[in-house]
Amino acid sequence: MKKLLLTAFFAIPSLLFAQQQAEIVKLKQLQEHINRKTDNIKIINFWATWCAPCIKEMPYFEKIGAERKDVDVTFVSLDLDLNPKPEVVYRFIERKKIQSKVLILDEKDPNSWINQIEKGWSGAIPATIIINGKTGQRKFVEKELHEGDLEKLISEIL
Amino acid sequence: MKTMMKTLFAAIACVLFVAASPLKNGYEVGDAVADFKLKNVTGKMVSLSDYASSKGVIVIFDCNTCPYSKAYNDRIIELNKKYASQGFPVVAIQPNDPAISPGDSFDEMVKLAEKKKYDFPYLFDETQSVARAFGATNTPHVFLLKNNGGKFSVAYIGAIDDAPRDAAGVNKKYVEEAINALLNAQDVPSNKTKAIGCTIKWKNA
Repeated sequence: MKKLLLTAFFAIPSLLFAQQQAEIVKLKQLQEHINRKTDNIKIINFWATWCAPCIKEMPYFEKIGAERKDVDVTFVSLDLDLNPKPEVVYRFIERKKIQSKVLILDEKDPNSWINQIEKGWSGAIPATIIINGKTGQRKFVEKELHEGDLEKLISEIL
Repeated sequence: MKTMMKTLFAAIACVLFVAASPLKNGYEVGDAVADFKLKNVTGKMVSLSDYASSKGVIVIFDCNTCPYSKAYNDRIIELNKKYASQGFPVVAIQPNDPAISPGDSFDEMVKLAEKKKYDFPYLFDETQSVARAFGATNTPHVFLLKNNGGKFSVAYIGAIDDAPRDAAGVNKKYVEEAINALLNAQDVPSNKTKAIGCTIKWKNA
């Protein structure tokens, strides 16, 4: 209780905002999010705050999400796999002013769920799935993306 | 003209064949492993063939910088302590390009091995050819090899266990279970697993 009060007292409103923006989800919710039909292109990017190449490629995702109404970007944080505290993710979102949707996956035993997300995925990050929300057609890439790569991948599933 | 047509057809057939065959991305369980020779942190060269008299080798693609490598560092040291004497020593290989990941330079490797008192080789795969041959993707990435009369083959590929966060939370010790199976001449229970990890920092093409 004391801890709760202290947290409530010291928490800056922006960190609370980051907390609202980043929902902690189980595999089932993540799969529902990935498989949900929409008229848009869905970009699902797997990352973590400790992953340097992930952080490097983030601006391209943020840019395309902000510029194109037909593209929905979701960053799926895998931080909890190694560190049980989501605060590190909230702080990152706040510091980098991340605008895209963020989900924080809360699952143990990665071997049991990696294939359920994507069979071609080794588990290394960064990794990205690009989905045509209407047809369900998808592309998977397991590497750091650079300028223009997202546009090219999108054109391949249209 | 006829010869030219023939050559052309042969060339087309060749292209079709190459295009049709799937890209081989490293070793699968059961595959024979080619010998390799890499520089150890001691400055000496180490080959897989140096282990001709052991029952197998726990090859681990690992590095200094990845938080998963750090989380597993003590567990890797423990693996060697437990299994080297039973014929399955650890051979760690660092494949990251130091130009991209300066903390994984040879000098930094030497420092880590000294600090953590590694009693197993920590080899530098400078050209990344060994990591490519194995099809390693992340760190730490284990390839458990068994020795069949001087020829090594892959018995297990994947994670060390199912709980990167801490050793206390482990339910399945994949590598230990695999080695114990081999020591008892049994089939490896799960011979391929996946884990979240840092992607290997490949040289820019």
